[in-house]
Amino acid sequence: MNKQITAQEPLFRMVKRDNVKKGTKVLTVAAAILAALVVDAVFIFLVTGLNPFSVYGVMLRGTFGNKMRLSWAVRDLASLLLVGIALAPVFKMKFWNIGAEGQILIGGLAAALVMVFVGDKVPSGVLFLVMFLASVLSGALWAFLPGFFKAYWKTNETLFTLMMNYVSISIVACVTNILRGRASSLGKLNMKTKAGWFPEFLGQRYNINILIALILTFAMFFYLKYTKHGYEISVVGESENTARYAGINVKKVIIRTMVLSGALCGLCGFLIVSGRDQSISVSTAGGRGFTAIIVAWLAKFNTFTMVLISFLLIFLERGAGEISSAFGLNDYVADIISGVILFFILGSDFFVNYKLIFRGKKAKEVQES
Amino acid sequence: MSVFVSWILRAVAFGTIIMYGAMGETITEKSGNLNLGVPGIMYLGGFAGFASAYYYEKNAASPSGVVCVIIALVCCILASMAGGLIFSFITITLRANQNVTGLALTTFGMGVANFFGVFILNGASYTAAPLANKAFSARLPFMTKNPAPVLEMFFGYGFLVYAAIVLSVVLHRVLNKTKVGLNLRAVGENPATADAAGINVTKYKYLATCIGAGISGIGGLYYVLDYNQGIWATTDQIEALGWLALALVIFTTWRPLNGIWGAYLFGVLYWLYQFLPTILGLHVPGYMTDLIQMIPYVVTIIVLIAVSLRKKRESQPPASLGVAYFREER
Repeated sequence: MNKQITAQEPLFRMVKRDNVKKGTKVLTVAAAILAALVVDAVFIFLVTGLNPFSVYGVMLRGTFGNKMRLSWAVRDLASLLLVGIALAPVFKMKFWNIGAEGQILIGGLAAALVMVFVGDKVPSGVLFLVMFLASVLSGALWAFLPGFFKAYWKTNETLFTLMMNYVSISIVACVTNILRGRASSLGKLNMKTKAGWFPEFLGQRYNINILIALILTFAMFFYLKYTKHGYEISVVGESENTARYAGINVKKVIIRTMVLSGALCGLCGFLIVSGRDQSISVSTAGGRGFTAIIVAWLAKFNTFTMVLISFLLIFLERGAGEISSAFGLNDYVADIISGVILFFILGSDFFVNYKLIFRGKKAKEVQES
Repeated sequence: MSVFVSWILRAVAFGTIIMYGAMGETITEKSGNLNLGVPGIMYLGGFAGFASAYYYEKNAASPSGVVCVIIALVCCILASMAGGLIFSFITITLRANQNVTGLALTTFGMGVANFFGVFILNGASYTAAPLANKAFSARLPFMTKNPAPVLEMFFGYGFLVYAAIVLSVVLHRVLNKTKVGLNLRAVGENPATADAAGINVTKYKYLATCIGAGISGIGGLYYVLDYNQGIWATTDQIEALGWLALALVIFTTWRPLNGIWGAYLFGVLYWLYQFLPTILGLHVPGYMTDLIQMIPYVVTIIVLIAVSLRKKRESQPPASLGVAYFREER
């Protein structure tokens, strides 16, 4: 009897692990990134015949080679991280807001319009306040709609927010079309007066963005971990029924969290317009709304881990720009490399959560381990 | 009249791209897998199809249209299924989150297509595969140079348009009238129950996702070799089409037959900005066309809301959509 069962036992079976240590998690992710880099190296070598180490070397130098490059890398990191921070609360609630792109755009557009039309009429302190309010409110409104319908009628938020992206793109395209008149592109707004541009801070306008990103990293960590709101978000994310049973007003939490997230995305739009681009276009959000989802999710909504993940992605993006000019490749190599790394990191979670038990191990051994 | 006909021609062609995307995704979602990598898969399929046709045309001594079509289709489906396989392995076997994996697949597919695309472009801003385009957009023999408008509206397309209609009928039959379809739907609704009934959940999920990806990829192929006149250029257009295909799946409430009219309706709305003003004899300034282009997306939002308000049981997504299945979990 016993023999028959062992004969039919599959090669391996899976068991869910409990209480995984933090060290194991970090090691697994590190191993996954390493494995992905090896796969990418093989890919680079096979396709281009280049020495992968020199390619990675150029990427490293291109990102951190000198002070200016490092500063640019941190600037990009801050832009991505800000969106990731904005998305963390909704995704922790398991609300699939893939409309950050649109929320950023509409916030940026609101800021840009304020900049253009009242830029020279009010003192700069008031101007920044109005821009801040306009962008935060419009981002919040963009998020409120899908949040409201999700809360009351369970309307699919993934597609609702996705479609809202295209609505914002249309609106931004329309407004930039009007603003630029007959010119071929909009160029920098308020070029002469520089009204609505962030002042230079430690030498760069975008340093204000970096500062705000830093503050929000701490603030969001605190909000999610130590406040009642944060607790409610995690309960709703785990199970709506549990939340309801515990007396949490699920509808209120969904709408409130979504509005918060949209407002922060709108703020990102404002920061990108004032602190970085000084302009607005349909590519102001630049795909960050999507990349930030990956940042937030892989970091398990821990804002400090998000810094590391954004760092990795920005390094790949900027590094790819470098190798494209150094080796005559093109920028899209970044998408491939980061795609592979993401696949590996996503897959590595399996080895954190599950354990494979191979055939032949005795049952007793299994129980012990 | 002729403006109206060209509107319909564009609309049907446009609809066919997203119809393939949506049909493939419907199959995938019926197994409980939400694959947000459709745009990436359409990139992979479209590029593989174009690249294979391009090299065949360039290198064969006397390239024939039929062979070209077969090679392009096979390469397109294989490449798309490879994308589906990556997704399946990570989400089904390794049980990673489907949405994030899908987004990563979109990045990856777009990267692969445009990266290798640049090698083919070799400095030019676009490259063409004229023979493949001719073969894919060939009309029926009786469609002479100037057919009657009505004839043109029905028969003025390449064969993939009709194949899409046939395929959606076939998929409808398979899903609703066969045992395989019943099993597939069971897997998507409640994998634990299906497992208990002796259905191989993993196998169904893998097959549905890979076959679905294969079908979605044809949408990309149709875009490049027929809709876009056989021209490859570095583009992010396919990404937007992929997202629209995902929207169409919901719009059709997971029914392939609805996809036929739904896709064409999307096409009509998409091209509205160009043709309606002409028909009405209006002059619309450029910035207004930007605004009109949001209409298909607004309509999708309205449909989404309407479907959720009605709460019809038949219009709901598969119950376990987006959830990985682990047998020992309750």
